[in-house]
Amino acid sequence: MNNEIIPKQPTYYEEVERKGYSRRDFVKFVSLMTAFIGLEQSAIGQVAKALETKPRMPVIWLHFQECTCCSESFIRSSHPIVADILLDKISLDYTETLMAASGAQAEAALQNTMTKYKGQYILCVEGSVPLGADGVYCMIGGKTSLQILHEVAEGAAAIIAWGSCASNGCVQSAKPNPTRATPIHKIITNKPIIKVPGCPPIGEVMAGVIVHYLTFGVIPELDRIGRPKAFYNKRVHDTCYRRPFYDAGLFVESFDDENAKKGYCLYKMGCKGPTTYNACGVTKWNGGTSFPIQAGHPCIGCSEENFWDNGRLYERGSSFAGFGIEADADTLGKVALGVTLGAVAVHAVATNFGKSKTLHEHQAEGNESEHELES
Amino acid sequence: MANKYLHIPRLRRVYVWEMPVRFYHWLNALVIVVLIITGFYISNPLGLLSHNDASHQYTMGWFRYLHFAAAYIFFFNFLFRLYWGFVGNKFANWKQFIPTSKRFFKEMWAVFKIDILMLKKNGKEQDHLSIGHNAMAGFIYFLTFIAFLVQCLTGFGLYAGMSSWWLPKLFAWVPAMFGGDILTRQIHHWSMWFFILFAVIHVYLVFYHDYVEGRGEISSMGGGFKFIEEEMFEKNAHQTPNPQKVK
Repeated sequence: MNNEIIPKQPTYYEEVERKGYSRRDFVKFVSLMTAFIGLEQSAIGQVAKALETKPRMPVIWLHFQECTCCSESFIRSSHPIVADILLDKISLDYTETLMAASGAQAEAALQNTMTKYKGQYILCVEGSVPLGADGVYCMIGGKTSLQILHEVAEGAAAIIAWGSCASNGCVQSAKPNPTRATPIHKIITNKPIIKVPGCPPIGEVMAGVIVHYLTFGVIPELDRIGRPKAFYNKRVHDTCYRRPFYDAGLFVESFDDENAKKGYCLYKMGCKGPTTYNACGVTKWNGGTSFPIQAGHPCIGCSEENFWDNGRLYERGSSFAGFGIEADADTLGKVALGVTLGAVAVHAVATNFGKSKTLHEHQAEGNESEHELES
Repeated sequence: MANKYLHIPRLRRVYVWEMPVRFYHWLNALVIVVLIITGFYISNPLGLLSHNDASHQYTMGWFRYLHFAAAYIFFFNFLFRLYWGFVGNKFANWKQFIPTSKRFFKEMWAVFKIDILMLKKNGKEQDHLSIGHNAMAGFIYFLTFIAFLVQCLTGFGLYAGMSSWWLPKLFAWVPAMFGGDILTRQIHHWSMWFFILFAVIHVYLVFYHDYVEGRGEISSMGGGFKFIEEEMFEKNAHQTPNPQKVK
C-alpha cells in the first residue's frame, strides 16, 4: 500500500476487470445491489453506468470503540465483489483493521487523503467516541478518537455511521456508561450523517448504502432517526415469516415446548421484532441463509437505540430500574392498585364518621319527607 | 300542603351535564375499558392451545383490530371534548380544568380539607362548594387529559409505521423523539396504569359524593341534572363553577 495518490483514479468497473471478474459477474452484482437499495429494475442501467464511469470514491474508515463486527459483516456480504472491490477499494486510503500500512505510514496515508480530497471523501465511522476522562479510553496514534473524528470529519462530504456503536452508542454506552461512549451524530452536527444501525448491520445493507451514494452522488433518503429508508422503514415484525402465527395468537411459551417446534411466533419470548426497524426478515444474513428468528431465537432489537437498557432481552414486560429489585411495570401497577383500593376503603369508612352529622341530617330530611307523603 | 315542606331545603334542578358531555363520558368509559383489556392482551397474550393452522384463526389480529378501532374512537371523542370545552356550558368549559386563578388553587385546598381530611369548621361539617366539578376534580381531569394526550401520541406514534393513512403518520415523530419504538411502547404501557387507578378513584368518589351530598351525583351523568339546595345555589351561583366575574 503506498502513500501516493494516483492522479487518475480507476473506475469501479476497471477494478472489477482487473481483479478478473467477468462482465456477467459485474451485472449480477449490479442487479443485486439495485434490488437491495429498493430501486426498480430500470435503475440497473443507471447503477451499472455509475460504477463503470465514476472514479472510485475516496473513503476513510475510522475504528473507535467497537468490536469490528461491522467490518466482518461487510466482508461477508453475499456477493464477492462487495468484499473484493467495494471494501478493498474504498478502504484503500485508511482503515486500521484492513490496511497493510501501520504507524507513521498509515497516519501519512490518512493525512494525504484528507488534504487531497478535502470536501470529497466519505468518512465511515465504526464505533462510538468516548468523551469521559478527556477521551483516553480510545486513542490512536497519540490522539483521542474525539480529536481524530473532528479532524477527519472537517473535510468529509458525508459521514456513514456504521453499526449501533456509531449510530446510538451500543452496549458500551449502556448505563452507567463509564467511558461516556457517544454516537457520532451527537458530536458532529454540521455534516450529513447516514446511520446504519445494527450489531452488526447486514452486509448487503452496508454495501447498498455505499452503492446508492456512488450512483446518485447524494445520500439515500433517510427516516426521522437518520437511517436509510430503503432498509429501515419496516419493522422486522412486518416482514417476519412467523407473522401469521402472531396474528393467529399462536406463541412459543418456552424455548423447549411443542410450540417452539412448530415454529410459532416468538413474541412472548421477548422478541423485539415488533419494535425493531431493520431488513433482517427480507435480506437475511450470510447471503440470505437465515436470520435470528428463523433460527428460533427472538430478535433482541440490536439495531434500536438503548436496546440493552430498555427492558430485558427475553421478556416483553417492561422493567423499571431503580427500585432495588427491578420492578415490572405491571407488578408496580398491581401494588399501586392495591394501595389505591386500600385508601379508598379507609376513606369510605372514615366518611361515615367524618360526615356523620351531614349524613344524619340528610337521612332525617328524607325520612321526614317520606312520612309527610303519607299524611 | 306546600308549607309543610318549608323546613326542608328546597332543591333546584340544575342542568349540569349536557347531552354531548354525557355521550362523551360514556363512550369514553367504554372505549377505555376496551383499550385496557385489549392492551393487556396485546402486551401479554394468553397461551392458546390449538390444533388449527395459523390460517384458521386471527385471535391476536382481532384484539389488535379492536384496540386500534377503539383508539380511533377514543382519539376523536377526545378531540370533540376539547372542542366542547369552548362551546359547551360553563360546567364543561375549559376553565373548569386548568387552574388560571388564585381562587382555583384556594378552592382546591378547600376541597382537600373538606373531602379528604374531612376537617370541620367551627365544629361544623363543611358544606360542599361546587355544583359542577369541584376545583380538585377539575384539576384531576386536566391530568387525565394529559394522560389522554400521552396515550394518543405514543399510541399513534407506534401505529404510524404500519399505517398508510396520513393521520397516524403525523405522529411518526414521537418514537423518533424517544429513540425508537421500544421506549415508546413502554411509556404507552406504563401510562395505561394511570387509567386503571383513575377509574377506581373516580368511581369511588362518585359514590362518595352521591352519598354525602345527596344531590344525585351518580344519576347526573345519566340525565344531566343535579339537585342543589336553594341556599347553596344562591350563595355559590357566582362562585362555582370556577370563578366567573361577579357583575
